[in-house]
Amino acid sequence: MPFPSTSSTRLRPRAMPEPLIEIDGLTKKFGPITAVAGIDLTVAKGEVLGFLGPNGAGKSTTMKMITGYLAPTSGHVRVLGHDVENDSIGAQACIGYLPEGAPAYADMTPRQFLNFIAEVRRLPPEIAKLRIEAAVAKTELDSVLDQPIDTLSKGFKRRVGFAQAILHDPPVLIMDEPTDGLDPNQKHSVRALLRTMAPEKAIIISTHLLEEVDAVCTRAVIIDRGRIVADGTPAELVARSRHHNAVTLTLPPPQLEQAKTRIRSLIGVAATEDALRPDGLAALTAFPKNGSLLIEDISSLAVQEKWDVRELYAEAGRLDEVFRAITTHDADRAREARA
Amino acid sequence: MKSLWPIFKREFLAYFSTPLAYVFIVIFLFAMGAFTFYIGHFYENGTADLSIFFSYHPWLYLFLVPAIAMRLWAEERRSGTMELLLTLPVPLWAAVGGKYLAAWAFTGVALFLTFPIWITVNYLGSPDNGVILASYVGSLLLAGGYLAIGACISALTNNQVIAFIVSVVICFLFTISGAPLVLDFFRGWAPLVLIEAVSSFSMLTHFMSITAGVIDLRDVVFFFSLIALFLAANVVIIDLKKIG
Repeated sequence: MPFPSTSSTRLRPRAMPEPLIEIDGLTKKFGPITAVAGIDLTVAKGEVLGFLGPNGAGKSTTMKMITGYLAPTSGHVRVLGHDVENDSIGAQACIGYLPEGAPAYADMTPRQFLNFIAEVRRLPPEIAKLRIEAAVAKTELDSVLDQPIDTLSKGFKRRVGFAQAILHDPPVLIMDEPTDGLDPNQKHSVRALLRTMAPEKAIIISTHLLEEVDAVCTRAVIIDRGRIVADGTPAELVARSRHHNAVTLTLPPPQLEQAKTRIRSLIGVAATEDALRPDGLAALTAFPKNGSLLIEDISSLAVQEKWDVRELYAEAGRLDEVFRAITTHDADRAREARA
Repeated sequence: MKSLWPIFKREFLAYFSTPLAYVFIVIFLFAMGAFTFYIGHFYENGTADLSIFFSYHPWLYLFLVPAIAMRLWAEERRSGTMELLLTLPVPLWAAVGGKYLAAWAFTGVALFLTFPIWITVNYLGSPDNGVILASYVGSLLLAGGYLAIGACISALTNNQVIAFIVSVVICFLFTISGAPLVLDFFRGWAPLVLIEAVSSFSMLTHFMSITAGVIDLRDVVFFFSLIALFLAANVVIIDLKKIG
């Protein structure tokens, strides 16, 4: 029975958390080149948005406009209701920003630098002290606090930039490649930190690392040539992959032909691919029709036919495949720019 | 004003945390001494005043002040800290003012360190210390004028060498615009008003009128307007770069 819909009991959409960043028709042109071509995006509290895209897609330019470093050619950005162009100070006070390459004043020590940022952000001295201590502890900077920043390793420099961005506990964090140049342990701790901060903030990170999206992001936005070409949860994007629910099994090469024929005859199978692996086994991958689940059928078939199966697994999908499929290659872009 | 202070403080201390400050001050003092004593024949002149000392200031500043100013914005832009600074919740005028005042204060420190020559001249004779004080004020204003021009040019480029050379040329024009070299170019075709206007833009003329011992309000107003004009241009240039 359909739900009664009257004027008094209107169906409400699912309660949305408050939007902290509202981007509306954002466009940036540098002379004849359009770097960002009309981006609309709303980021709510609790979201960690991963900004993906090939080099030159407009990720950094968009971030520079959100933070007020570049003025948009057209369109608007509002951060907690502050228009970035008309009330840049109000908006910037709500933002923690890690620019590309984590720039910092090289002649200062991290302690001096963080004190400077606290002073510029007008934190009262006693609060500044606590916030600096907290930021230093979170980014594990205590061992290098009094060394000039230009003598620090790339990983420490990045963490100084990170500490600077979270110093005032901002509701909005914008980070351009926050884990670039970090070793796997440091990457892990930065991601863990982002996850712990996520519920209270709206976070946008840009990255080249697709595994990062899986690790920290609640939402992935792929941009290409200044436009949003995909927007969804990492799981939704992965589901677009050809490998979504694909099943791969490995078995000795003599059994391959028979297995191929039998698997192809299953109803849910769209196609198969096989390859000989360096370890001497044959790998056979079955791609499903319309994302149907194949693993049960294939495993019972393998038991029934007594194939000598070594591995059998289903894949969620491959983000890199989706990424490649929906973004253009450098060569295409260059060709287009020339035209 | 509250947001200007931390930027001023950071910039000012930055001079002394790199060798730049010490190299600059040593060369500044050495050059001042060399010009005053060897080229200006301070002792042979036999008069207890510092007019020879101050007469070399415009020419020394012409090269030394753009050397200080060239890094103000060019360096920020090159190292990427510009993006950090301009995305902090600070009004643009405070960033421009803070950096400028820090550089000016630094040249003030260098100028202050020439005090031994004041002691010397007081030891050797009895100079008119009022004139000397006025000359120091004039010298500081002159440095401020050059510095404002240099800061503005520095905002235009991320290449420090270009910033330096262009600043020197523009400072040079503002220095000698009262001299025949420039005025002859206008004489014969330009109306007298224009010639007088060009000539009144000469920092040298205004500086010399102060070092004569009289701090005329008009000269002070000239220097402050010049500084304000170039700082305003500095703000506009950075704002325009945002539009890209």
